[in-house]
Amino acid sequence: MARQAVIQVRDLVARYGEDIIFDRVSFDVYEGEIFVVLGGSGCGKSTLLKHLVGLISPDSGQVIIGGDDISRCDDATFQNVLKKIGVLYQGAALFGSMTLSENVALPIIEYTDLPQRSVATLVRMKLGLVDLDGYENHLPSEISGGMKKRAGLARAMALNPKILFFDEPSAGLDPVTSAELDNLIVHLNRSFGTTIVIVTHELQSIFAVAHRVIMLDKHARGIIAEGDPEYLRDHSQNPFVRQFFNRQTKKNRDGTEEK
Amino acid sequence: MKRFTGDLQSCNYEVSESGQGGITLHVQGKMDASNAATMIETFSDLVKDRQPRSLTVDLQKVSYLDDFGALVLVETRKMMSNGKNHFCLQNVNDEASKVLSILHFESLEKGDPFRKKRPPAMLIRLGEATIHHASDLKFLLSFLGSVCLSLLHVCLHPKSLRRDDTFLCMQKTGVDALPIVGLISFLLGLIMAFMSSVQLRQFGADIYVASLVSLSMTRELGPIMTAIIVAGRSGSAFAAEIGTMKISEEIDALFTMGFDPTRFLVIPKIIASIIVVPLLTLFSDVFAIIGGLVVGILTLDLTANAYITQTIKTLTLFDVFLGVFKSGVFALLIAWIGCLRGFQVKGGASSVGQATTSAVVSSIFLIILFNSVFSVILRYWE
Repeated sequence: MARQAVIQVRDLVARYGEDIIFDRVSFDVYEGEIFVVLGGSGCGKSTLLKHLVGLISPDSGQVIIGGDDISRCDDATFQNVLKKIGVLYQGAALFGSMTLSENVALPIIEYTDLPQRSVATLVRMKLGLVDLDGYENHLPSEISGGMKKRAGLARAMALNPKILFFDEPSAGLDPVTSAELDNLIVHLNRSFGTTIVIVTHELQSIFAVAHRVIMLDKHARGIIAEGDPEYLRDHSQNPFVRQFFNRQTKKNRDGTEEK
Repeated sequence: MKRFTGDLQSCNYEVSESGQGGITLHVQGKMDASNAATMIETFSDLVKDRQPRSLTVDLQKVSYLDDFGALVLVETRKMMSNGKNHFCLQNVNDEASKVLSILHFESLEKGDPFRKKRPPAMLIRLGEATIHHASDLKFLLSFLGSVCLSLLHVCLHPKSLRRDDTFLCMQKTGVDALPIVGLISFLLGLIMAFMSSVQLRQFGADIYVASLVSLSMTRELGPIMTAIIVAGRSGSAFAAEIGTMKISEEIDALFTMGFDPTRFLVIPKIIASIIVVPLLTLFSDVFAIIGGLVVGILTLDLTANAYITQTIKTLTLFDVFLGVFKSGVFALLIAWIGCLRGFQVKGGASSVGQATTSAVVSSIFLIILFNSVFSVILRYWE
């Protein structure tokens, strides 16, 4: 079965001023997979995510989502692409002045014609899906970090996007909550067939959820490994990749051990 | 048999009668976000028209169902059970039943997540408001106390003052405000001279335009106008800066690092304001007098010399000092209330906005209030 690529990245170059963050990066994300972008701090993971969702336009190269090149398409097309994606930000980015149900209802009310009563039911379902039933009328400031993440997820999923992006989903969460979030991600992927792109460096999450990973590196300014995380851990040619997956301390870049 | 088409590509349905007033809906195609709204509407019309005793929804030919599709089913079920009628699903395939089960389709009861909490009784609200204001007052007093203590500490140990912050704040509050203060004062002097000249001319008292402009500016309008501009420019900035630091836990960081947030953040702002606002007021006086002078020369045939001599004759050193002293007090009020509102921020971004608004409104109110107090005191003192 030929898998269809929903995101195609071609020769993407990103720079801040003089600094080239990554140079000519290309990869595909296929429909229905959980795709993880990983790498050490400062390798441009978050920058890559911002390019994928169109927050930054690339210096050169293309980001194609569902056939539309989001860096070059017109505004109307871009708006359509935005309806196909949902983003869960690191700090959940819930609107502080609105209750959880208002946060989730906002895109539903704006982009569908559902009657008010049905919106209410749908919001209950969405919040139920992330185990937040009973918290409809809470403000974001009244709930914990893990709950905020889940509420942010409910909002990101409000319109059932084809692709969900996660920026560091486990950041700031305890291991139990973080594992629950991982389960939720797998669950969503299986039940709705949502394509999921995660940016993280949390090893346990990677092994728990990822179908395929790419690893970025600061020095190589690009992808240094691609494939199944468990395979990379055990069989990668690149010692730095094995080191990352096995959580070892720094070795010299030529692969010889420092100890 | 009836077919549902509409403008939605992906779904249609057929209705068949199953005896004893029951009907079956055979849905075919996708049930998702694109057609949920239309489906709910159509099915509700159908239920209203036919008033069926029981309704069966046949999902055999449904190729895709997500939570919007489930919503259609929930809403339809709700319409049926309003009349205590029977509703059931049939031929639910594996994927659809998986979706329905994670959404707890069977147990989704009615309820409205948007219901607002009922406002409590009047007496309770009165009590809550009283407690709220009392705790506000308590905070205000404790903040005043902490500012006084920190000021005292800085007076005793001048080295503990954060000098760079103070200079930066003097630049932002004072130097950067000079153009706008100068322009507004110049125009104000111009207007006052112009308006009064029309009246005074009738009595041949042209020269008193100089007295009117200089005296009213140095004693009253100069300090007030400058203070209002500074409140709008800097008081709001103090509140927004401290408020944002508060919600991003920077204040907490200062506290746990062993710094007193008041001494660290508030004292430089207060000292800087007390130094620069009186200076701005002096500039404001001068610019207003220049404004008056321009009108005097251009429309009243006064010489520059006569105008300036009259101005010097009118003004006493006391008037100038009074204006400067008042603006010093206003500066203290603006910086204090701006920082206070910043520290009162709780929650999120909208709270910062409220604090900023409140900082400007409260400082303008306090400026006018204290100015009135000064006027009353002077009335009996002089």
